[in-house]
Amino acid sequence: MGGIPHDHYEPKSTFTKGVEARLPIIGLLYATLTAPTPKNLNWMWIWGIVLTFTLVLQIATGVVLVMHYTPHVDMAFKSVEHIMRDVNGGHMIRYFHMNGASLFFVAVYAHIFRGLYYGSYKAPREITWIIGMLIYVMMMGAGFMGYVLPWGQMSFHGTAVITGLFGAIPFVGESLQTLLLGAGAVGQPALNRFFSLHYLLPFIIAGLVIVHIWAFHTTGNNNPTGVEVRRTSKEDAAKDTLPFWPYFVIKDLFALGIILAVFMAVVGFMPNYLGHPDNYIPANPLATPAHIVPEWYFLPFYAILRAFTADVWIVQIVNFISFGIIDAKFFGVLAMFGAIFVMALAPWLDTSSVRSGRYRPMFKWWFALLVVDFIVLMWVGARPAEYPYDLISLIGATYWFAYFLVILPILGVIEKPLTPPATIEDDFNAHYGPKDGSTAATPAE
Amino acid sequence: MFRKLTLATVLAVSASTAFAASEGIVEDFDFSFEGPFGSFDQNQLQRGLKIYTEICSACHGMELVAFRNLHDEGGPALPEDQVRAYATNFEVFDQALLDGEGDFRPATPADKFPGSSLSTAPDLSLMAKARAGFHGPYGTGLNQLFKGMGGPEYIASLMTGYIDPPECAPEDFDGYYNIAFAAGGYPEECKYEDGEHKYPGSWISMSPPLYGDDVEFDDGHSTELRNESEDVAAFLMWTAEPKMMARKQAGLTGVLFLIVLTGLLYLTNKRLWAPLKPKDH
Repeated sequence: MGGIPHDHYEPKSTFTKGVEARLPIIGLLYATLTAPTPKNLNWMWIWGIVLTFTLVLQIATGVVLVMHYTPHVDMAFKSVEHIMRDVNGGHMIRYFHMNGASLFFVAVYAHIFRGLYYGSYKAPREITWIIGMLIYVMMMGAGFMGYVLPWGQMSFHGTAVITGLFGAIPFVGESLQTLLLGAGAVGQPALNRFFSLHYLLPFIIAGLVIVHIWAFHTTGNNNPTGVEVRRTSKEDAAKDTLPFWPYFVIKDLFALGIILAVFMAVVGFMPNYLGHPDNYIPANPLATPAHIVPEWYFLPFYAILRAFTADVWIVQIVNFISFGIIDAKFFGVLAMFGAIFVMALAPWLDTSSVRSGRYRPMFKWWFALLVVDFIVLMWVGARPAEYPYDLISLIGATYWFAYFLVILPILGVIEKPLTPPATIEDDFNAHYGPKDGSTAATPAE
Repeated sequence: MFRKLTLATVLAVSASTAFAASEGIVEDFDFSFEGPFGSFDQNQLQRGLKIYTEICSACHGMELVAFRNLHDEGGPALPEDQVRAYATNFEVFDQALLDGEGDFRPATPADKFPGSSLSTAPDLSLMAKARAGFHGPYGTGLNQLFKGMGGPEYIASLMTGYIDPPECAPEDFDGYYNIAFAAGGYPEECKYEDGEHKYPGSWISMSPPLYGDDVEFDDGHSTELRNESEDVAAFLMWTAEPKMMARKQAGLTGVLFLIVLTGLLYLTNKRLWAPLKPKDH
C-alpha cells in the first residue's frame, strides 16, 4: 500500500506463498491490520469505524426488509406495517434501519467536523476528503430515497418538494424533474426508481469507502497535531505510530460499544423520536401536510435553501445580473448545493501553513462558531419560514459561506499560529510520559 | 366536567405555557407505558377496546389490526375463545365465497378489523403514532423526551377538548370547537388582523364522541370522561405499536449487554495501552 515505511507481509509456508503469488489477499489483510497509525489519535478518530459498522448494519437490515417490502403505491405502506406487525422481529429490524440512518448521519457529521478542525482535508489528503464528500452526498441521496419507500405523507410530499428543486433549474429543470420521477408527478414510476437506487447506492458507497481507506492508508492518517509521521526510516516511523491491530481496533470497538448502547436505547425506547409522525399516514396526493419537514440530518441545508428568499438583496442583484434566469428558487437550490460544494473545496480555501486547529488560536473560535451555526441552522430548518426564523436562517447561511469563502482564506494570512510539536512522539510523550526517560516503548507484537 | 371548562381557564393555561394560538393545547397525561420501563396496562387496553367497539367503530376503521392480535402477549391478551367470539361481531367481505363472486361472512381471528365506514373518518390503526407532531417547546422535542408527550396525549386531549366555543364565533359555524384540534376550520371573526388565531384549537367536524358514562366496565372502573379518554388513547397506542413491550424488552437486553461488553472492552483497552502510558498509572 505504500506510504509510511513498515514491514510487509512475507509468506512462509508453501501454501501461503502459493496463495500470495496468485492473489495477495493475505498480504492485504496483513497490511490493513498492521497499518502504522499515529499513536496520538484521540477519541474523534473513532467515527470511521462507527460509519463502517453502520454501513454494514444498514445493508444487512435493508436486505432483510426488502424480502418483505412491496414497492407499489397501493401496497408499500401496508407492507411496511406488515413488517412492523407480522414479520418475526420485523419491528426491530425496521427500527434499526430507520434509526440506523440517523446514527449514520450523527457519525458522518462528527467525522466531517473532526476533519474540518484538525485540517484532515489539507494536502496531501485532498483526494481522501473529496471522496469523503462524494460518500456524504451519496448518503444523503440514499437517505432521502429510503425515506420515500414507506410511502407515507412525508415520503410523498417530501419527494414532490425535493424533486421540485431540480425543477427550478432554468431551461432543463422540467425535463430533469420528469426524468427523476419517471412521470410528470410523484407516483409509481418514482417509487420504483427510488427503490432501485436505494438498493444500489449503498454498494457504490461501500466501493467508495474502500477507495477512501486506500487513499488515507497511502497518505497515512492525520492526527490531532497535524504533524506528519516521520518517514525517514522504518525505525523513526515506528516511534510515531502503532499498528492498527490491536491498539486501534480495541480502542475503536470500545467507543463503538458506547455509541451502540445509546443507539440501542433510542431504538428500544424512543424509535420514532427522530422521525416525522406524518409518515404514519398513508400518502395522499390530495392532502398536503401543513409543514413539510425533511429528516433532521437534512435540516441545516434545508435552512440554507429557504434562507435566500426574493426579498434578500443579493438574490435581487443576482436575479438582475442574470436577466432573471436565476430567480429566488433557483438561487436557493444553488445555495444548498453550494453549501456542500464549498465544504468540498476546503483544501484549497484554507491557506494556513499549520494543519491542526489545535495550534491556530483564531481559527479555533471561528470553527466553534461554525459548529454552533450548523446546530442553529438545523433547528431553524424545522421551524416555519416566518420571522424571526427566516432572519436566523439568512444569518446562519451567510456565516456558512463566509467561513469557507472568506474566513478560511484570510485566517491563513493574518493568524499567527503556535508551533506544533516536532514529532508525534513528542506530543504523545508530553501527554503520557516516556518510560524511564527512554523513548517510546516498543509495542507488543 | 372538562366540557365546562371556561374560556377564561383556557386563556390562563395558554398564557402560562406561551403557546402559539394556531396550535392546539395538548395536556400531559400519565400513561402506564411511558418511559423505558413503562408497560401497557392489560385491563386498560381491554377497557379501551370496549370503548372502541361500542363508540369509535361506528365510523372509524382499523384495517391494519388483525383480530388475532387481541390475543397477543403485551396487548389486551384476550383469551382465544373470546377473540373468536369477538371477531364474529364484525362482517368481512370474502372474495372466495359464492364461487368467486364474494360475499360477507362473520370475521374470524385471522381477519383484520374493517376499514372506516365513513369516508371522512380516518383509520385509527396508526393514529397514536401519526398524531405525535407537536415538538414543543420551540421545536426542540424536549416535552416528548422528558414528559413522554406523544400521540396518546393528543388523542386523550382531543376527547376531553370539546368546550363551549368562544363568543366571537358565529352560532352556525360548521363543526364543534375543540381546543386540542389544530387542523380544522376557524372563523374569520376569531382571528386578529394579521390572521393569528385568538384562541387555541379549531373547529372539528367530529361530534363529541365521549361524554362520560358512555360504556359500562365489568371491572367497575370509572367511566368519567377523562378516564374513558385515557383508556381509548392507551388502546390506540397499542394498535399503533403492538410490539412495544417486546421492543422495550429487546432494548433493555441490548443496552445491558452492550454496557457489559463495553465495560470489558474498556478494561481490555486500558490494559493494552497501559505499558505505553506510564503517566496515566
